[in-house]
Formats: sequence, C-alpha cells, structure tokens
Amino acid sequence: MDRKVALAICFVFGVVMFIQYFSGSSLARQVNQSILEYWQIVFAFTLVVGIVGVVRTNVQRINKRDDVFFRIVTLAGIIIMPVVALIWGIKADTPFMWMFENIQAPMQATVFALLAFFVASASFRGFRARSVQATVLLVSASIILLSRSALGGILADEIPQFAEWMRNYPSMSARRAILIGIGLGSITTSLRVILGIERTWLGGRR
Amino acid sequence: MDIGTIIAGVLTLAILTFLYRDNPIYKFAESLLIGVSIGYTLVIVWSTTLMDILFRPLLNAGQLALVVPLVLGLLMFSRFHPRTASLSRLPIAVMIGSGAGVAIPVMLEARTLRQMTATVGPLVSDGTFDFSVLVVLVGVLTTLSYFYFSREHEGFFGRVSKVGTYFLMIFFGTTFGYTVMSRMSTFIGRMEFLLTDFLHITK
Repeated sequence: MDRKVALAICFVFGVVMFIQYFSGSSLARQVNQSILEYWQIVFAFTLVVGIVGVVRTNVQRINKRDDVFFRIVTLAGIIIMPVVALIWGIKADTPFMWMFENIQAPMQATVFALLAFFVASASFRGFRARSVQATVLLVSASIILLSRSALGGILADEIPQFAEWMRNYPSMSARRAILIGIGLGSITTSLRVILGIERTWLGGRR
Repeated sequence: MDIGTIIAGVLTLAILTFLYRDNPIYKFAESLLIGVSIGYTLVIVWSTTLMDILFRPLLNAGQLALVVPLVLGLLMFSRFHPRTASLSRLPIAVMIGSGAGVAIPVMLEARTLRQMTATVGPLVSDGTFDFSVLVVLVGVLTTLSYFYFSREHEGFFGRVSKVGTYFLMIFFGTTFGYTVMSRMSTFIGRMEFLLTDFLHITK
C-alpha cells in the first residue's frame, strides 16, 4: 500500500469526522455512528492480531526450548478460556465465569496490591526533603496518607478537612493546567496527523 | 471450602511469593495470569464486538455495509507477512484519521474550554472574598507558565513558573497519597480473603 494512499484516507476520514461534529443533520449523525462502529470492529480485529502475535511468539520460543514450561502454561490459558466459553457459554455460573472469578480476578487483584509494597519502598528511598519542592511533595503526600487513615482523625479533626481542601483547590488547579496542556497537545497532534505532517504511525522510513 | 476458594487462595499466595524474590512459583502464576487474561479478552472481544456488532447484523440482518469494516479488519492480518504488511496501513489510516477527527472538537470542549471555564470564578461572592478561587486561578496560570517552553524561565517569568512547580508538587503528592491508599485497600482485601475465606484464621 502506497504511503500516499494511506495519508489520503487518513485525511478524508479525519476531515469527515471533524466536520460532522458541527452538523446537526441526521445524515451526519448516521455517518458518525457508522464510522465509530467501524472503528470498534477494526479495533477488535487489531486485538485479535495482537493475540495471534503473542501465540506465534510463544510457539517460536517453545521451539527454541526457551522457558518451555511457562510458555506452555501461557498458551494453555489462552486456549482453555475460549474452549470453555465455546462449550458452556459466558453467562453467569458457567465454567468460563468460574475461571474468571477464581483464577484471573484474584491474581489480578493481588498483582495490583503488590504494587503497594513497591510504591512504599520506592517512596521510602526517594522521599527526601532535599529542596523546598521536595518538601512540599513530602508534606502533601503525608497529609493525604494521614487523612485517609484513622490516625489523621485521631491527631486532629482539621487534617481530613485540610486534605480535602488541598485536593479540591491547589491540587485541582495543577491538574486542570495539565488537562489544558493535554487538550492543546492532542488538538495539535490530531491536526498534524490529519494534514500528513505527523507520519510516524505509517511505520518504516519517514 | 469449595475448590474455587482453594485455587484462588493458592494462586494469591503464589503471586505474593514475589515479595521474597522472583521464583518459579510466581512465574507459573504470572504465566497463567497472562494466558487466562488474553483468553478472556479474546472471548469478550469475539462475543461483544465481533459477534454483536459485525457477524450477527451482517449474516442475520443482511447489513452488507458491514463488509467494509470486515475487510478492513481482515487486512490487519496482512502484517504477518512482509510482502503484504503495507496493506495494514489502510485500516490503520481509517482508525488514526477518524480518531484524530473526533479528538479535535472533543479535546477542545472537554479538556480545554471546560477546564478554562471552571478556572475563572467570582473572587468575591456575597460580599466575602473567596481565597480558594484565587488559589485555583493562580495555580492554573503558574502551572501553565511552567509548561511554556518557548521562553527562557528567568526573571519575573522564572519566578512565576517556579510557583507553578509548588502547585505541581502538591498535585503529585496528593495523587501519590491516593494511589498508595487505593493499593493498600486492595491489599487489605486480599489479606481479608486469605485470612477469612481461605485459611479461616479470622471471622
């Protein structure tokens, strides 16, 4: 596929989706709905392509005798879930949902919980009041941690209140500025993509 | 105790062994989690998107227009062969182009204009000065100035942008605190499951 054709298609779809936003006609809404539906379908196919890629990589590594047992376990998981879903369906109280609730969900939650330890140990090593900014970071984090535990309320009633004020005003103002920056950055990047200035998504040579 | 609780408990402990160090038990649980998660995603994508939005309307209701996204989707598989790989640029162009087109007005409205509107509020309401509104206004302006890199951060502008860094530090500290506490509550949940449902040590 010629790169120019891809750029032209990108331009056309970008302009159509941009213009339809400002139109109230039913045709524009229909075009918008159809393209968003197409988007979802193509996105689903990209996920399937990714899964096929994972399977291919694991099979290649197994052939090279690299971590064979663990790769077989991964492949078994990939194969068993669709097989179980095919035989018994995916509604509640099916083996598929049983596997999700008793295998996937507990492990996912535990991996998520493990991060508490790594965040705590990293902050213990990294949190040093070396400058005014670092002190502000340390104090604000400490106030939030105190306010969200029973200790904060026991030490002083004002701690939870102050933490709430800090979250709603000074912290929110920085968050707002970052969001404005993200918004402006996204608009600029989108314009660059539609106009063909940004071409990294095409891959290969520029 | 049912078999599901036993398996969930053993797998939870297997993941927690990573606190000691990377080991074969953890690697087994990790590999299983990756495989099962991918399998789950595949099933959900197949049933909720490909079946519900594509194949059922196409095959049962005869919506022939859906052949277009079907062909675009199948073209994604051309990536697996170097000779045909460039064909995958077609569906990617559709996705990138339409995504960029939608993003411009949405980002302008939700991320930029709405945030600006919320920033500007009356400093004096009902005859009383609202300090918090001033904090928000100063915070947004100084933080934005910190991210303005087209001018050297020195002199008055440098001092203004430095004030912005204090607001950023408060934001990072607050976000850090909430993240730690959310992880902690998840950890407490896992411990509660282990001690109550799995080991029956607590009730």
